[in-house]
Amino acid sequence: MESVTADRAAVATRRFDLAHATVRDLNHFLHRELPGSGVTRVDVENPGGRHAIAAGIDHPVDVEVLGHGGYYLAGMNKHANVTVHGNVGWGVAENMMSGTVRVKGFASEAAGATGHGGTLIIEGDASLRCGISMKGIDIVVGGSIGNYSAFMAQAGRLVVCGDAGDALGDSLYEAVIYVRGRIKSLGADAREEPMTAVDLAAVAELLGRAGFPYAPSEFKRVASARSLYHWNADADQEY
Amino acid sequence: MCGIVGLLVKKPELRESLGRMMVPMLVEMAARGPESAGLAVFTGPIGADRRKFSLYAPSWSYDWAGFEAAFIRHFGTHASIDICGNHAVLECDESAARVKPWLAATFPQLHMLAAGRAMDIYKDIGHPAAVADRYDFSSLTGTHLVGHTRMATESAVTPDRAHPFTAGEDFCLVHNGTISNPYMIRRKLEHRGIRFETDNDTEAACRYLEWRMREGDDLETALQKGFEELDGFYTFLIGTGDKLALVRDAFACKPAIVAETDDYVAVASEFRALAHLPGIDHAKLFEPMPEEIYSWKV
Repeated sequence: MESVTADRAAVATRRFDLAHATVRDLNHFLHRELPGSGVTRVDVENPGGRHAIAAGIDHPVDVEVLGHGGYYLAGMNKHANVTVHGNVGWGVAENMMSGTVRVKGFASEAAGATGHGGTLIIEGDASLRCGISMKGIDIVVGGSIGNYSAFMAQAGRLVVCGDAGDALGDSLYEAVIYVRGRIKSLGADAREEPMTAVDLAAVAELLGRAGFPYAPSEFKRVASARSLYHWNADADQEY
Repeated sequence: MCGIVGLLVKKPELRESLGRMMVPMLVEMAARGPESAGLAVFTGPIGADRRKFSLYAPSWSYDWAGFEAAFIRHFGTHASIDICGNHAVLECDESAARVKPWLAATFPQLHMLAAGRAMDIYKDIGHPAAVADRYDFSSLTGTHLVGHTRMATESAVTPDRAHPFTAGEDFCLVHNGTISNPYMIRRKLEHRGIRFETDNDTEAACRYLEWRMREGDDLETALQKGFEELDGFYTFLIGTGDKLALVRDAFACKPAIVAETDDYVAVASEFRALAHLPGIDHAKLFEPMPEEIYSWKV
């Protein structure tokens, strides 16, 4: 069920088949045995939608998940590059600190939620609440995103190559959103702003990281109007 | 939290495997609902003038033969009974309107779980794997089914509060979530003479939608009205004699995923419940969108 092979380039690959091994076996290896083992790549076979696959990694390694993952895949990731050859459930790369997570299929709700750093790339669509409360992570979505995305997003960039759903960027702080397609509606205090040279360069760099072939000039910038930052004593306090 | 599973087979030859395909789905969803489980299985409909009634007895050693004899004596008609421990399916040519009052008066300890021409219901407390074993779910055959694993939030853990809930004939609903205005719905329906059997919030949603259909709405129109009237969090999976329907509320806090192939449509709360299905690697997989109605016909 597990094996270590070394090829000519001295790349050691460890294989976990989750049809037999448990997620706990996999994560125990990634947390405790990986550092100093010489293993640079871990293949996860038959993930079967299990939860918490490759969560909590704190060491450089390439992880290839060969199928669909469940909830919290690569959650809290630090340093690792995780690629999912399938779809993922809720909270992929939740609270990621650094590294890269790439999902080749679609991602369910709350992708990249509260992420502090690193890059999350979703080649398909992302569901509702993508990038909710993001705190510095960069998220690049090849498809469209669902409602309430980037709610209370504090820092980082969210690039959407397709469309955005309702209430995009509601109560946004300093995170910036770039959308290529249609925005169904903006949330409270989110507004569209002109693209500057800095924005165009940022989008070009993020699209390059993701490998998506769009022109930065096709994107709109959405950022906070910052009108919720301060208490407005003159407003009619009628709620 | 609760788990939802549903399966509709498109090819007649797969009807024999319906239960066998579904049991691993239900058991995988036990992590979302370890307290009770249940399912509605839809067989091909029996004759238009015949009805079957799913019954639940308080004990595993219930005297079903005595019940059957009393039924035949009273109605002077032929009836057959298919017994599975504390559950039994009675088939006869009497209408629900005649059987229900007689049952309530003569056998008040029996609970009628379902009525109709196509639907049989089994539900009970216990771990879903144990419930599936108890009623031999893997042997069930039919066109489609709707199943549920329950972690109770809104009412006690008892067999009658396990899902699916039913109303009218050949109509059932399973629910993951909570309805915030069940008493409002309930007062509205009770006012129209609709009787409730439990204090469960899901029963309100079930009876509301079935009432709309009796008022002339088709399933899709009833669900559309449900978006306006039912407040709360929900993923609903609904079974009728010839349909499966799936909806999520506007906030879509409760999950669902659909897998469709040439052979079947499978619905579950999470993908891991579908991972074992044949041909899943090539299935079309998608998550239902908030306030969209998805339905499939047998």
